[in-house]
Amino acid sequence: MSVIEVKGLKKSYGPLCAVNGLDLSIAKGEIFALLGPNGAGKTTTVEILAGFRTRDSGEVRILGFDPSHKGKAARQWRNQIGIVLQSTSDSGDLSVAETISHFSGYYSHPRNPDEVIAAVGLTEKATSLIRNLSGGQRRRLDVALGIIGNPELLFLDEPTTGFDPKARRALWALIENLRGDGTTILLTTHYLDEAEALADRVAVMNNGEIIETSTPQSLGGRATSMAQVSWLENGQTKQEKTDNPTELVRALATKFPIEIPELTVTRPSLEDIYLEMIGQTK
Amino acid sequence: MKKIPNAFSLGIRRGGLEIRQFMRQRESVVFTLLFPIILLVIFGSVFKINLTPDVTFSQYFVAGLIASALVNSGFQQLAIIIPMERDDGALKRLRGTPMPMSSYFIGKSLLVVASMAFQVLLLLAFGVIFFGLNLPTDPMKWFTFTWLIILGSACATVLGIAFSSVPKSGRGAAAVVSPVVIILQFFSGVFFVFTDLPDWMQQVATIFPLKWLTQGMRSVFLPDSFAVREVAGSWETERTLLMILVWLFVGIFISIRTFKWARD
Repeated sequence: MSVIEVKGLKKSYGPLCAVNGLDLSIAKGEIFALLGPNGAGKTTTVEILAGFRTRDSGEVRILGFDPSHKGKAARQWRNQIGIVLQSTSDSGDLSVAETISHFSGYYSHPRNPDEVIAAVGLTEKATSLIRNLSGGQRRRLDVALGIIGNPELLFLDEPTTGFDPKARRALWALIENLRGDGTTILLTTHYLDEAEALADRVAVMNNGEIIETSTPQSLGGRATSMAQVSWLENGQTKQEKTDNPTELVRALATKFPIEIPELTVTRPSLEDIYLEMIGQTK
Repeated sequence: MKKIPNAFSLGIRRGGLEIRQFMRQRESVVFTLLFPIILLVIFGSVFKINLTPDVTFSQYFVAGLIASALVNSGFQQLAIIIPMERDDGALKRLRGTPMPMSSYFIGKSLLVVASMAFQVLLLLAFGVIFFGLNLPTDPMKWFTFTWLIILGSACATVLGIAFSSVPKSGRGAAAVVSPVVIILQFFSGVFFVFTDLPDWMQQVATIFPLKWLTQGMRSVFLPDSFAVREVAGSWETERTLLMILVWLFVGIFISIRTFKWARD
C-alpha cells in the first residue's frame, strides 16, 4: 500500500495556479524528492499533503487519511507523521532540551529526546536557549522536532536551505539513518545534488506540474542519452553525437595511429538535463 | 498500543511551559506584572482625596486596577502574544503535532491565571501597606470577589484569543491592542470616578465588560453605603454577572470561529 496517494491535485491562489493536476504515489520506506525551482509549487503541495492548506480539487490520501479532515482522527493521523516546514523563527526563550522533551510529550510513541538531540548534532547546545542558536542549528532543531514523534512519514520542506556544506552533509547522513529505520520521507529541494544524494525517486516540478518522475540516475533519459565525442582533426575541433560512442572511438583509433588528439567523450550532466527540463540555461 | 496523551494533561503541560517562557522575558515580566503597581503608586500619590468620609480615592482606584489586571493579563497579553506566535511560525509548528487546539487554549489560560494572580496579590498587598486599603470582612464580598476573578479572567482570556485575529501582524499587535485597552479603562471608570464621566462615555462603556468588572470590584472593596453613588443607585450584581457571561460566550464563539494557526 502506498503511503502517499495523490490524484489530480489542484490549488490556485486567485488567478495564480500553484498546483495544476498533480499525481503522486509514494511507497512505504521510500525517500521521494520534489525537485524544482522557487515558485514551482513544491511548498504548496507539501502544505496540502501535511494538512496545512485546503485544496481546490483532487484526491489526497496520506497514510490512508484525507488531510483536509479534522477532529479526533486528525490527531491520530498527526501522531504518525512528522513535519518540517520552512522558516520558523519562534521567540525561543526555551532551551533546546526543554523544547524537544516538551514536544515528545505530544506523541504516543516518541523517540528518546537525548537520542534525537544527539542525532541532529545539538548535544553541545542542549542547554542553550533557542534564540542563541545559529540559523543552521535552528534548522536542525526543526528537524529534531519533526522526528521526535517517531513518525512513519516525514515531510521535509527544503531542509538544508541556507546550510554550509558541512551542515548539509550532516543532515544528509541523518536522513540516511531515517531511511534505515524504514521512515518514508517526502522532501522538497531546489538542490539537484541533494535529490541525487538522497532520493530513491525524484519528481521534477515546474509551474505547478510534474514534468517527469524517475530515479535520479535515469532522470531525463540520462542513462541512455546520446554521448558527445569530440576530437581535433586537421587543426579543427570536430564533434559528433552518437548512441555508440565506443564504436566511433574505435574507428577514430584506427585513423590516428598514436593518440586521438584532444579526445573527450561526455554525457550531459544531471544539472544540464535538469536545467533544460525547467527551461533554464546556465 | 499506547494512546496519545489527553488534551487536558497536555494543556497543563503547556501551561507550565508558557509560564516558564513568560518568566524568561524580563521586559514583559516587568511591564505586564508591575505596571498596575506603578499606576497605583502614581495615582495614589497624586490624588490624596476622599470621595466620601470613609472612601479614599485609592480605595476606589484599587478596585478599578484589579479589574484592569484581569484585562491586562487576559485580553491585552493574549491579543499581543498570539499574533506574534502566528507570525513567527510557532503556531504553525504546533498545528503539525497531535496537540489539540484545546490544549493550547488551556495552556494560555493558565498563563493568564498565573500573571493575574500575581498582579492582584501585589495590588492588594501594596494597597494595604502603603495606601490604607481596607479589605472586606464580609464573606459574601469575598464570594463575589472570587466569581468576579474567575469569570472575569475567563472572559478576558477568550476575548483576547478572539481579538488576536484583528492585528494584521505580530509586530503591530501592541499598537492595535494597547489603545483599545487604555481607552476602555478611561471610559470604564478605572482612572476616574465613573459617575463623573460624560454621559456618552458612560453609555459606551456600558456595552463592554470592563465597566461591569470595575463596578463589581467596587461592590467588593467599597462600603455598601457607596452604592447610592453608582449610576443605578445600586451595585447591579445580577446585571454584572449577566454581562460578563454574555461576553464570555461571545468570546468563546468568536474564538472558535476565527482562530487561525497561520497567516495565509
